[in-house]
Amino acid sequence: MNDVLFRAANISKRFGQTEVLRDVSLEAKRGDVIALIGSSGSGKSTFLRCLNLLEQPNAGSIHLNGRELRLATDSDGSLKAIDPQELRAFRSKISMVFQHFNLWAHMTAERNVMEGLTVVLGMSAADARERAQHYLQKVGVYHRKDGFPAHLSGGEQQRVAIARALAMEPDVMLFDEPTSALDPELVGEVLRVMRAVADEGRTMIVVTHEMSFAREVSSEVMFLSKGVVEERGKPSDVLLNPQSERLRAFLSNSLK
Amino acid sequence: MILHGYLPAILEGLLTSLQVAVLSLAIACVFGLAGAAAKLSNSRAARMIVDVYTTLIRGIPELALMLMVFYGGQALLNYLVMKAGGEYIEVPAFTAGVLTIGFVFGAYMTETFRGAILAIPKGQMEAALSVGMSRVQVLRRITLPQMIRHAIPGFTNNWLIMIKATALVSIIGLDDMMQRAGLAAAATRQPLDFYLAVAAIYLAITTVSILLLSRVEKRFSLGVRKAEFK
Repeated sequence: MNDVLFRAANISKRFGQTEVLRDVSLEAKRGDVIALIGSSGSGKSTFLRCLNLLEQPNAGSIHLNGRELRLATDSDGSLKAIDPQELRAFRSKISMVFQHFNLWAHMTAERNVMEGLTVVLGMSAADARERAQHYLQKVGVYHRKDGFPAHLSGGEQQRVAIARALAMEPDVMLFDEPTSALDPELVGEVLRVMRAVADEGRTMIVVTHEMSFAREVSSEVMFLSKGVVEERGKPSDVLLNPQSERLRAFLSNSLK
Repeated sequence: MILHGYLPAILEGLLTSLQVAVLSLAIACVFGLAGAAAKLSNSRAARMIVDVYTTLIRGIPELALMLMVFYGGQALLNYLVMKAGGEYIEVPAFTAGVLTIGFVFGAYMTETFRGAILAIPKGQMEAALSVGMSRVQVLRRITLPQMIRHAIPGFTNNWLIMIKATALVSIIGLDDMMQRAGLAAAATRQPLDFYLAVAAIYLAITTVSILLLSRVEKRFSLGVRKAEFK
C-alpha cells in the first residue's frame, strides 16, 4: 500500500542561532527524480546532507523502505543515529555524489569504485572488480580505470564518482551540485550520464543549478528559499509558471 | 690497528645507540598519534592537556629535559614507591633514556601527524562515511595511508634529530657510542680520531635513513602530482 521509497519529514537545522532549515519534507517514490533548486544559502545542500546524516538535523525523521532510521537527540541538540551499525547499513543504501567529487586520492579509479563493495558490502575482490568495471563502462571511463584521480579531468573524476555511487546499487542517490565545480565544456558529459541514470529508473535527489536538467529530467522540483520550501510541484508548473515573487526573481536570474 | 683497537668497543656502543633510537621512535610514534588524535578531537580537556605537553616539551632543551626526567623522575618514582611501603628502585639509564627521548619527540611527532591529517581533504572522509564505512574503517582505509605520505618529510626530520639526540644519553651514564668514544679518546689522547669516527657513523646512519624514507614516500605518493616551481 505504501509505495513511498524514501521519506524525510520536517527536517529542521540550526547552526548556532541561525536557522538554516525549517520543516523541510520530501517524499520519493521509486524512480522519482527530485530537483532541489534555490539560491546559494537557501539550505538546499544542507538539507541534502541531512538526508544521509553527514549533517545532523535538530529535528525531523527519515524513512527508507518503510523503516524509520532511529534517531536520538544528542547533548548539543542535534539528532544522531542511535545505532551506528544501523546508520552504516542505511548509508550504504543511499549513495552520494559530491560537488568536489571527493574521490580517494591514493586509489585508482577502479579501486575507488571497488572500495565500498569490498569494505562495506563484503564482496570478494574479484566480484567487486567485475562490478566496478561494469559501472565504469556504463559511465564511459573504463579506459581510465587505472588512472589516479589527480590524473583525470574533472568530468572524468565526477563520472568515476557516479560509478562509485552506482556500484553500491543503492535505493536512492543523492547528488550535491554535481556539475558546479566543472568547466563549462565538461558539464555536458556528466549531465548525460545523470540523464542515463535517471532513465534507468533510479531514484535521485539532485541539488542543482542546471535548470534544463531540472526541467527535462526531474519528476518534481522543490524551490528552497531561506530554509523553507517556497514552491514545489511538477517541473512544468514550478519552472514555467512560478507563483512566488522569489522564485520568479530566481528563475529570471538563472536563465540569463 | 683501526682506531687504536677500540673499533669493536665503539661498534658495541653503536648497537646500544641504535636500540635507544628505535625504541624511542616507537614510543614517540605512540605519543605522536595519540597526541594528534587528541588535538583533533572534540574534547576540550584532551586538547588542553596535549597543548600543554607540546608547548612545554618543545620549549625546553632536550639536555635539560633529559636530566630533569632522569633525576626528577627517579626521585618522584621513589617517593611514590616509598610511600606505598616499597623498596628503593634504581631506574636503569637505558630505560630512562628511551622513555625521555620518546616522550620528548612524541611532542614533535604530534605536530607532524596533526598536520598530515589536516592535509587530507575532509570531503574524502565524508565520501567514505557516505558509503557506509565505520570511523575505524575510514581511519584505516582512507586517512592513515594518505597521512603517511603527508607525514614523511616531517617524520624524516624528527627521526634524524632524534638519532642525533641519542648521543645525549651518555650524560646520564648510558654506555652508548658517544660514551665509548669519549673513554677511548681520553685513554689514547687522540680525541679527533674517535669523534671523527663517531661523526662518520652517525652520518652513515642518517644518510641510509634518508634514502629509505624517500623510497617510502615515493611508494605512498602513487597518484599524486608533484608540485612544480617553474
